[in-house]
Amino acid sequence: AAATYPKRVKVVEVGPRDGLQNEKNVVPTAVKINLINMLSETGLQVIEATSFVSPKWVPQMADHTEVMQGIRKVPGISYPVLTPNLKGFQAAVAAGAKEVSIFGAASELFTRKNINCSIEESLERFQEVMAAARTANIPVRGYVSCVLGCPYEGKISAAKVAEVSKKMYSMGCYEISLGDTIGVGTAGSMRDMLSAVMQEVPVGALAVHCHDTYGQALANILVALQMGVSVVDASVAGLGGCPYAQGASGNVATEDLVYMLNGLGIHTGVDLQKLMDTGTFICSALNRRTSSKVSQASCRL
Amino acid sequence: QEPQASGLPEYIKIVEVGPRDGLQNEKVIVPTDIKIELINRLSKTGLPVVEATSFVSAKWVPQVRKIISIQNSIDSQIIVHNFVSMAACIAAGATEISVFGAASESFSKMNINCSIDESIEKFEEVAKSARNMNIPVRGYVSCALGCPYEGNITPAKVAEVSKRLYSIGCYEISLGDTIGVGTPGSMKKMLEAVMKEIPLSALAVHCHDTYGQALANILTAIQMGVSVVDSSVSGLGGCPYAKGATGNVATEDVLYMLNGLGINTGVNLYAVMEAGNFICTALNKKTNSKVAQASFSIGTIK
Repeated sequence: AAATYPKRVKVVEVGPRDGLQNEKNVVPTAVKINLINMLSETGLQVIEATSFVSPKWVPQMADHTEVMQGIRKVPGISYPVLTPNLKGFQAAVAAGAKEVSIFGAASELFTRKNINCSIEESLERFQEVMAAARTANIPVRGYVSCVLGCPYEGKISAAKVAEVSKKMYSMGCYEISLGDTIGVGTAGSMRDMLSAVMQEVPVGALAVHCHDTYGQALANILVALQMGVSVVDASVAGLGGCPYAQGASGNVATEDLVYMLNGLGIHTGVDLQKLMDTGTFICSALNRRTSSKVSQASCRL
Repeated sequence: QEPQASGLPEYIKIVEVGPRDGLQNEKVIVPTDIKIELINRLSKTGLPVVEATSFVSAKWVPQVRKIISIQNSIDSQIIVHNFVSMAACIAAGATEISVFGAASESFSKMNINCSIDESIEKFEEVAKSARNMNIPVRGYVSCALGCPYEGNITPAKVAEVSKRLYSIGCYEISLGDTIGVGTPGSMKKMLEAVMKEIPLSALAVHCHDTYGQALANILTAIQMGVSVVDSSVSGLGGCPYAKGATGNVATEDVLYMLNGLGINTGVNLYAVMEAGNFICTALNKKTNSKVAQASFSIGTIK
C-alpha cells in the first residue's frame, strides 16, 4: 500500500532545553539567549526555551529566569518551558512564560528514579500545575518518557503508554509528546505503541520525541508520520547526549529531520541553511562536533 | 525478535560490503591478513553474502594490492571492471562477481573513464563469459538518487541503466545512493520507475548514510517490497565526495531495525558487532554504527 504523509509538520525545537540540559559543558546565559534568538529566525514555530527546575538538580538551567527575560520573543513563535511542579510553574509565569510542559513517564521505575515517586503520585502533583495553568489560560504540553523502552525496566507495554497518555490528555494537556527516551525503539515498536495510544488520544494531539542513540530515529519518525502524526520534536545539531549510555548520542538532529521532510515534500516552514548556521554557532560555543549528518556532509562538500 | 509486520518481506537478504566498499574507502590501508580475518569473522555471523574484494588496477584503488583467497563457506562476491580483471578473479576462485554501472554519464567518466554505453558493452563481455562458467553476476547502479557532479538524476535514467544491466544477465541490480543525498521521497519515485522494468525480487538497495537518511530510505524500499539490502559492518567506508562525512550504512543498525520489524535475516547481530569491533580496533577508528556505540557504552559488549 502506498504510504501517505501529512502535508505539514510542526517541528518542536528542544535544543535549548533538552539539548543543553544533557550536554557536558555548560554555556553562559548570553550564549543560550543568542541560540534561541538565532533559532527564532529559522522559521521554527516552537522553541523550548528552558526549565524551571531547582538548580540543585539541573545546574545547566539555573539561569532560567534570565533566559526567559533575555530572549527576543518573536510574535507567532511559542517558547514553552518545563515546570515540574507548582513552584516552578509560578516562577515560569512570573518570568513571562506563556506555555509550559510537564513530564510523565510510562515506567514506574523510571519515575521513581527520576522524581522519587510513583506515576500516580506524579500525575497528582501535575494536577496542581494543570489547575493553575487553566486559571492563567496557559496551554500545557505533556511529555511521556520511556514509550519504547526504559533503562531500568526494559520493555514497556504499549497499553501502559496509552494509559498514561490518556490520563495526561484528560487532565488537560493539549498535546502529548511520546518520548523514546533511550532510543531503543524501532519502526516495529513505534507502530505498535502508536496503534495503542491512538485509540485513546486523537492523532492530532500527538507528537513524537525520538532519540537517535541506536540510529533509528528517522525511520521511527517516518513510521509515525505514516500513521498520521504531524508534530515532531528535534534538537539543533542533535544536542544532548544520552545520560544512560555514556558517549552515545541522544536527540535526533533537527537538520536531519528537516532534510527528510523536505525530501518528502512536507511543509515545515523551516530554513535548513539558517538552522545549520545556528547549529554551527552552538557547537562552536560548546566546543563539540555536530551530531547532525546533514551538517557534517554539507560543510565538507 | 518481534512478530513480523504485515506488508513487509518476511525475509531480507543482507549483502555485506564492508570488506570491499568499506575498506576501499577507508584512509588506512589494511594488511591482507586483517582483511582475511574480517571476512572469516563475517562468515560466521549468518550473513549470506560477503563482498570480498575488487579486482581493479591497484593504481586506482591502492587498498587492493593483493589478491586475497576466497572463503568457500559463503558466497563471496568480487567486483570486476572488465574482462581482463575477470580472468584474474576466476583464477583466484571467485564464485560470484559484480559489475558497476552508473545512472550518471559524468560519474561513469570520472569513475571508470568511459561512457555508460561503453561500460555496459564491457560488462556484456564479462557477463557472457561468466554465464559460460556458470558464475552469477550482480549489477550495481551508482548515483541512483543523485550524483556528485550532475546533481539530480532522473528516475527514468536509473530505470534505463538498470534494465540494460538486467538484460545482459545480471541476476540482481543493486541501486546505490552513492552520495547519500536520497530521501524517502526520492527513493520512492526512483523505485517506482525501476520496478516498471525489473522484477522486485531482482532489486537491492545500497544506501549511504552521509545525510543520515539511510535507514529511513531502506524502510521505504522494504515497504515497497525490496528484499535485498546492502550494508557495511561498522559503517566502514567514508564518502570520497564529502571529506570526513560518513558513507555506507552500518550493518548493525540495519539489523537492529529489521529485528524490531520481525523480519528474518539469519544474521546474528552480536556476532556482527564483534566483527565490527575487531576491524575498528585494527583500523584504530571509532565505529560508525550507533547500535555498536550504544551497546559498548552501556556494557552490552565489552
